[in-house]
Amino acid sequence: MDQYTLNLLVVGASFALYVGIAIWARAGTTAEFYAAGQGVHPVLNGMATAADWMSAASFISMAGLIAAVGYGNSTYLMGWTGGYVLLALLLAPYLRKFGKFTVPQFIGDRFYSQSARMVAVLSLIIISVTYVIGQMTGAGVAFARFLEVSSAQGLYIASAIVFVYAVLGGMKGITYTQVAQYCVLIVAYTIPAVFISLQLTGNPIPGLGLFSTHTESGLPLLSKLDQLVTELGFNDYTSLHGSTFNMFLFTLSLMIGTAGLPHVIIRFFTVPKVADARWSAGWALVFIALLYLTAPAVGAMARLNIIDTIYNNGTQADSVLYEERPEWMRTWEVTGLLKFEDKNGDGRIQYYNDKSEAFKATAEGRGWAGNEFTFNNDILVLANPEIAQLPGWVIALIAAGGLAAALSTAAGLLLAISSAISHDLIKDFLNPNISEKGELLAARIAMAGAIAVATWLGLNPPGFAAQTVALAFGLAAATIFPALMMGIFSKRVNAAGATLGMLSGLVVTCLYLFTYLGWFFIPGTNMMENIPANYLFGVPPAAFGPIGALINFAVAYLVSSVTAAPPQHVQDLVESIRVPKGAGAASAH
Amino acid sequence: MADKSSSNAYWAANIRIIMISLVIWFVASYGLGIILRPMLAGVTVGGTDLGFWFAQQGSIIVFIVLIFFYAWRMNKLDAEYGVEE
Repeated sequence: MDQYTLNLLVVGASFALYVGIAIWARAGTTAEFYAAGQGVHPVLNGMATAADWMSAASFISMAGLIAAVGYGNSTYLMGWTGGYVLLALLLAPYLRKFGKFTVPQFIGDRFYSQSARMVAVLSLIIISVTYVIGQMTGAGVAFARFLEVSSAQGLYIASAIVFVYAVLGGMKGITYTQVAQYCVLIVAYTIPAVFISLQLTGNPIPGLGLFSTHTESGLPLLSKLDQLVTELGFNDYTSLHGSTFNMFLFTLSLMIGTAGLPHVIIRFFTVPKVADARWSAGWALVFIALLYLTAPAVGAMARLNIIDTIYNNGTQADSVLYEERPEWMRTWEVTGLLKFEDKNGDGRIQYYNDKSEAFKATAEGRGWAGNEFTFNNDILVLANPEIAQLPGWVIALIAAGGLAAALSTAAGLLLAISSAISHDLIKDFLNPNISEKGELLAARIAMAGAIAVATWLGLNPPGFAAQTVALAFGLAAATIFPALMMGIFSKRVNAAGATLGMLSGLVVTCLYLFTYLGWFFIPGTNMMENIPANYLFGVPPAAFGPIGALINFAVAYLVSSVTAAPPQHVQDLVESIRVPKGAGAASAH
Repeated sequence: MADKSSSNAYWAANIRIIMISLVIWFVASYGLGIILRPMLAGVTVGGTDLGFWFAQQGSIIVFIVLIFFYAWRMNKLDAEYGVEE
């Protein structure tokens, strides 16, 4: 059987599974549509949260990001997991006790203010829409590579699948599909990693293999890698080559941003009890860690493998002839994500750091005329099974895994968007008299609309797609997270304080990003060049989240302290969410 | 809900547990993984130092243990104060 048929079979089987689950888990009530009827077991919710959270960025891109920089990009590993500690300790149990369906609903009730709720809806929509663009384009690319359809056709297929289970099943359908998607993606990620770790170190657990001895050279794997990359003029892998301050701030930005992402927070509304919300956050992180503890090993080992492939007789000997390059390089050259250009005309592939001044003399001495080999970091995970020469079904599994990661996150985001529209905007703002049945229909129409918008944006991705991720995390950190935290931990912060706090966080964060990245990310409209020398106190735009959060907190406390305290019933509400007793079944009102 | 003073004591105890947990959270990631890494340079782990291990493995493991500890401790606290579901 050829690779294409295998891919088709494995991906097709996984899709049939998702659609089957969707039909089984149809939503009949708004409680099922918004919160899966609050009957999801904490371990299953943990699994669903892990799939919801781990997007194409975690599955496809993260290992490549770590491989490219080494230690400095540990920020992603710590930042995208440490946020769960904040969620478990500071938000999840209390929001579950509150027992409603959406994040803006909590903000609206706690701050007894429709304006606070609308600012939250606005932030939620900006965060989720920017985030969903990346998922849709990621799914489109995965389809294009593995199923040999055009990227646009791939996108239509992806949208159709999400449409079936998200519109039909709402949160209930999404939850159980995400459990299946988690299983697919973790198996797909782990199998090639285990084999590569075995080949390089003899240790079957990649996270341990990373710190084991490289069998071939007898050196520790990381020492070997440091040696190889420095011999080619690159920065060494295990040291920090930026400022400690930036690494600190960027990690903090990712952590607070993670804890403030609405599509992650609403997952904790689906468990039966407050105690379950606490356990569930732990389980979510266990399932996330299975991938996150493996990813740094995948990154380091892939980097080592690539150098070994090109310099198969060591970095001091001649590199491999282009004509003798391995099969996987040929496959990926076709996609354009891996490129070779013979600059010095010797028919061999030279891969080194031609931007290093210190290495220039060495390179010239060896007759090299510039780096000839470039690759997109995203291919490291996708090409992993081919690099390790694993059988065809593992390659097919990687395709299914990448798609599972992108689709599960897209579905979670779409639910957050559609529930904000149907529940916060329509039910509680525009038409409070809408019936349960009417609201369920509105939720389904909102979901279909959100999918249409996401598909359109996936087909016509704005040129700034990469920068918007910084926007999503920055805004989640600067608006949603502080508002929720103050709502739970302070009885004094009032409507005016919270509304102005969120607005300041929103406006200042956007302004800071636009200053360096262009107004609405339109290239050329930035007021200052995007270089470290221009940053305010040296804070890069992507790490602005914590500063935005600080501004939000400061404004909220300041305004609250000079205006009247919240009314008694709101203070009672805060008292009641602080104790688990009496949560029971949640309600719309 | 229990009476006022008991629920205040429950909340104070919760805040104390959160504070202790957040200190551990901070030390395991920002501390050992980033700021204090130079101090750990002498402790070798598989070709590099302990700080690198904390940044890429240790911090995540500590986070997991921390969340389960918090869940276990809080569920016990709920029972002590009679506020469990």
